[in-house]
Amino acid sequence: MGSLILMIIGLGVMAAGYFVYSKYLARKVYQLNDDFVTPAHELSDGVDYVPTNKYILWGHHFTSVAGAAPIVGPAIAVIWGWLPALLWVTLGTVFFAGMHDLGTLWASTRNKGRSIGALSARYIGKRGANLFLVVIFLVLLMVVAAFAVVIKNLLISTPGAVIPVWGAIIVALLVGVAVYRLRWHLVPVTVVGVVALYGLILIGDKFPVVLPESILGMTPATFWILALFIYGAIASLLPVWVLLQPRDYINGVQLFVGLILLFGSVLLATLFSATPPNIVAPMINMNLPEGTPNMIPLLFVTIACGAISGFHGMVASGTTSKQLDKETDARFVGYFGAVGEGLLSLGTILAVIGGFKSVAEWNEIYSSFGSAGVNAFVQGGATLMQNGIGLPESLSATLLATMAVLFAATTMDTGMRLLRFVVQEAGEVFKLKIGKISATLIVVALGLGLTFSQGLGGEGGLRIWPLFGTTNQLMASLSLSIIAVILIRKGRNPITALVPLVIIFGMAFWAALVQLGSFANPSDPDWMLFALDVIIIGASVWVAIEAIIAMRKARDSEPEADGADAALTSSQKHV
Amino acid sequence: MEPSTAGQRWERFSRRWSAFRDGLQDYYVGPYRQMFRREQQDEDDLFMIAVLGEALGVPDPAAYYTAELMPALWEDFHSWHRRMGIPRSPLDQIGCC
Repeated sequence: MGSLILMIIGLGVMAAGYFVYSKYLARKVYQLNDDFVTPAHELSDGVDYVPTNKYILWGHHFTSVAGAAPIVGPAIAVIWGWLPALLWVTLGTVFFAGMHDLGTLWASTRNKGRSIGALSARYIGKRGANLFLVVIFLVLLMVVAAFAVVIKNLLISTPGAVIPVWGAIIVALLVGVAVYRLRWHLVPVTVVGVVALYGLILIGDKFPVVLPESILGMTPATFWILALFIYGAIASLLPVWVLLQPRDYINGVQLFVGLILLFGSVLLATLFSATPPNIVAPMINMNLPEGTPNMIPLLFVTIACGAISGFHGMVASGTTSKQLDKETDARFVGYFGAVGEGLLSLGTILAVIGGFKSVAEWNEIYSSFGSAGVNAFVQGGATLMQNGIGLPESLSATLLATMAVLFAATTMDTGMRLLRFVVQEAGEVFKLKIGKISATLIVVALGLGLTFSQGLGGEGGLRIWPLFGTTNQLMASLSLSIIAVILIRKGRNPITALVPLVIIFGMAFWAALVQLGSFANPSDPDWMLFALDVIIIGASVWVAIEAIIAMRKARDSEPEADGADAALTSSQKHV
Repeated sequence: MEPSTAGQRWERFSRRWSAFRDGLQDYYVGPYRQMFRREQQDEDDLFMIAVLGEALGVPDPAAYYTAELMPALWEDFHSWHRRMGIPRSPLDQIGCC
């Protein structure tokens, strides 16, 4: 019964957030206005700027921001007990993520759909914008390295997922050919594609693939990481319609199916199962394994996506804002997009706290910090699904592992593609023309270097995970500071942005300092992560100073008139 | 409220069905619009070079055939040469700028 109550509480808090708090934000803080001509209409070009139905735009936004991170983060963070994780996910979604995602979407819409990077140049200066590029580069590099390790771990721990994970590539290739070459209708292709994917899961469950101890002179871990990087490099070089587009699409559909299965299982298992899920995880874990860092501040950077994530601001301001049909749609697309991600995290928490048979089993999984991760989600979720919808445990595990791997893989190959663009752009700054293939090779070398920096098992990939959280939260605080500056300039109350800004900035900065100490530990120093952390701390201080200067300037100047954005828009129309 | 006829119901269903189909299509292509546009542009640029090769001083055995295509490309010529990093028209016979 406990899981169901927590699920109801979690869903209730998020629903209240959407129906009450987001309404307040939309009306009083952002003052969304149907009469404002959005960039999608003003600059409509049929390519980037396209007015889009709000439900479809929400689907795009949600599937772009949802990856493996809202699963990995909460699954690890439950080590401190379920209550802190639940509180941070629900309250974080309502007061931090929703506010941030809606805010970045609104800020970008009011500024011709410019990205957060461009907005930081306008509102807190050119230095802020440069910093932003550095942060983006680091985040993408960490995503590529960390996700390679996450996928490798799952392929080894759930051998049933090997066939569906690699088979999904073939399904995606066939979907791409069916839609673009054979011009088949999308509806039947979707149905066949999804059925084929689930068929592969059945086959994978029957024929698990366990690699031998040594394959081509490598351990399975090294082999899978290399294979993933080779796959990622090829996928990022292929034309998008061949693989990336159909793969993202099928994954998007599967994301919705996965969410329904998870929540449905909790409900059905509690109401109808002979063995309803019991919460075996402690409410607050007083018996932490050795080496577990302090909950504060690490909780706030371990659960990044699912509570607040700077990456969401990149998506909201990068593409979503250019497609917003009406400004008032921002509430549904931006705020409810964050709620969608929060739901995924909530589902993960329910799986890892209620999916184990005994406290001893839970303690074994959570025997050290970082040991649980996605594996705990797969194992816990599988038990829940067996109880809830009667799917055999191993099949459920294969299904969840495939779902998690596919999320991680799409994020990884998109990350490699974006990183390639960043490398090419950086080359242009130094007057170097870097080709597609050379840029991809640089990305692969950097990613592999980071992943193998601690050993050939890929230990380097996950050690940087907390750094990913720190960097991501730093990016979120940068976005929140821009929102705060805009609100102050408009003479509106900035408290709704300043409170989450101060908390998340403080926690990210504190966490970075704690980590700096651990990387410089004389008995086991890690100078590469130390250097990365120094860059992050330097960037944090930089952002804080720039933001404070910008806010003071905004406070001391005359408030902008109500129609300032509209006036700006119409006067610039003729430039 | 008057009960709707089978025809009306069918019409309503087919309207909703096509809206759903369009929505799904939009969901499929939306995130990649810009990439497609960029790739299309790359292809068009390459085609432009192939057609203009002879005019730009590159011997082209197929010039007899490609010359016929030139008028079709005049409209895009200005944006093409600017995109290629050539601020003024490189061809004397086209004074687009």
